[in-house]
Amino acid sequence: MTEAEYGSEVQLRLFTDMLRIRLFEERVADLVEAGEIRTPCHLYIGQEAVAVGACSGLRTTDTVWGGHRSHGHYLAKGGDLEAMMAEIFTKETGCSGGRGGSMHLYAPEVGILGTVPLVAATIPLAVGAALTSKLSARDDVAVTFFGDGATEEGHFHEAVNLAALYNLPVIFICENNLFASHLPLAERRRHDNIVDAATAHGIPGEVVDGNDVLAARNAMDRAVERARSGSGPTLLEMRTYRWRGHVGASWDLDVGVKRKGELAEWLAKDPIVRLAGHLQEAGIPSEQLSEIRRVCELEVEASVESARSANVPPVAELFEHVFVESAK
Amino acid sequence: MTTTQQEHVRASVPEAARMRTYAEAIREAHADLLANDPRVFVIGQGLWSPWYVGASMTDLDVEFGRERILDTPVSENAVTAAAVGAALTGMRPIVVHPRMDFMLLATDPIVNQAANWSYLFGGRSGAPVVVRSIINRGGEQGAQHSQALHAMFAHIPGLKVVMPATAEDAKGLLIAAVYDGNPVMYIDDRWLYEQNSHVPEGLYQTPIGQACVRRPGTDVTITALGYLVPEALKAADELARDGVDAEVIDLRTVAPLDRAAIRESVSKTGRLVIADPSWRTGGVSAEVAASVVEHDVRALKAPIHRVTLPDTPAPVPTSHEAAYYPRAAEIAKAVRACLLAP
Repeated sequence: MTEAEYGSEVQLRLFTDMLRIRLFEERVADLVEAGEIRTPCHLYIGQEAVAVGACSGLRTTDTVWGGHRSHGHYLAKGGDLEAMMAEIFTKETGCSGGRGGSMHLYAPEVGILGTVPLVAATIPLAVGAALTSKLSARDDVAVTFFGDGATEEGHFHEAVNLAALYNLPVIFICENNLFASHLPLAERRRHDNIVDAATAHGIPGEVVDGNDVLAARNAMDRAVERARSGSGPTLLEMRTYRWRGHVGASWDLDVGVKRKGELAEWLAKDPIVRLAGHLQEAGIPSEQLSEIRRVCELEVEASVESARSANVPPVAELFEHVFVESAK
Repeated sequence: MTTTQQEHVRASVPEAARMRTYAEAIREAHADLLANDPRVFVIGQGLWSPWYVGASMTDLDVEFGRERILDTPVSENAVTAAAVGAALTGMRPIVVHPRMDFMLLATDPIVNQAANWSYLFGGRSGAPVVVRSIINRGGEQGAQHSQALHAMFAHIPGLKVVMPATAEDAKGLLIAAVYDGNPVMYIDDRWLYEQNSHVPEGLYQTPIGQACVRRPGTDVTITALGYLVPEALKAADELARDGVDAEVIDLRTVAPLDRAAIRESVSKTGRLVIADPSWRTGGVSAEVAASVVEHDVRALKAPIHRVTLPDTPAPVPTSHEAAYYPRAAEIAKAVRACLLAP
């Protein structure tokens, strides 16, 4: 339905952005398994269409707020790949100066205002960013990504109500990957109805196929239009699947999470393979897609080399940055 | 007295004294900030209520508009987090919790988020948010409407905690908190709202992290916080009639604590009584004591005495409240006990 609205050029960019995230994450997974990366990494593999669909139409000045699983959000919003790899290596060249690791990413130059692992924490922070837009008479929107588990926290509901009440330009994106850590959705709520929270709080809500990047982009474009034009917040429940375990490189098939059959079904819905199919049907030669992959692989590998050769911040700086340097 | 101490001593009321109550001073700080800085806004419960948070926010919504003075749903967590989010995107919010007890529902945005933000991102970001909460005790309100929780927040790296005891500081510390650039817990005390003092005009700042000698003396040091500052001064007056010359230090800031001012005073008096309006165990009184003894144990001629709440929740019956909350008499008694030691 939506393919026609986005031309080949846009679709190629979406393909590239998704593939770049996939290749980055797969390389990180290898380095985690090899023990070279020690900071906890929550991999985004399988969910790439959500971040890329949602961020590809945003401006640099639109803010994005993420959680523990935010490598994909950072890259999709335009964050520097090399700086994130360095951050995951806890090097001083990292996007957070090597002080944050995988779970604390910051790139204000492209609107990544912070990703932090306290579940649901950045939902109301994004509401605050939207309040800044309103009070400053700007039309920047704030976007917060969170998982299905976050909708079980009280402040999700507090934040949606507050944004609805003040009619703020914020977009709540629930990436429903069907798991909160080890526990499946069905064991955490009576009904599979996260999107109904939108109706309850009086804002538009929509369930989106989160493995269809064009559907994600389309839903997001409409939500952004509402937010910019002063029509307030939207909740998008993007349904997708976490291929790997909650944390680390494993596939979670060995830790008692019984999901082998389900995983096989979702692997067949790979969002990147899906878009590649559309592109080839539209006449893009497979060699072109292979070339994109080759370029991304080179970029990722260069980032690993660069991160390896950088320095960890000196231990003497352990006590720095508890407070910001000077009053503003 | 050293030069530093002389600077700290509050000058006698200037000739053209501009007397204001503590509540009026808080309101004036908000009004001056709102009038001068478009980044400042105020958000919290009760800001449009007829009581206007103990008359400390009267008509600010009328004067500055309800866009900048936001009364809120009963959602401490999201409201505080929204203020933090606004701070992270360039604003200078003041979030108000009319009762400190309710602020515990907002510990995630305060403790996990605002306090850690600068450190997590290598100093590239920070949360310049002021979280104002009010200790509102007594009147048979009981354990969930009475707590003084400053020590909990002082424990957290990345937070500053201030507790004004005079009208002048109530204004100056709020302004300093807004311009500090870091998250500041501003804790004011409902029992002080009618206190009067000279309050200067304009956007002056009371330095955060600097204690103030309210009464110079030579025989014993009394450190006090919040409502116990005027109680300590009353105790000092009473002791003076018996020939005891007590020095009273208003700590003003709990974090960072002005350890140098405490040590300097004790090095002169050799005796220390600590008055803290909260519980004893793991509290600020222990931190004040440690800051002296870990520095120089020989500075003391007598054991330290502490005047605090007992390690008991706040009671309801009036007679129990009278026994629970220390006043000048308890401070004077502690001073006498301290002086009895050789």
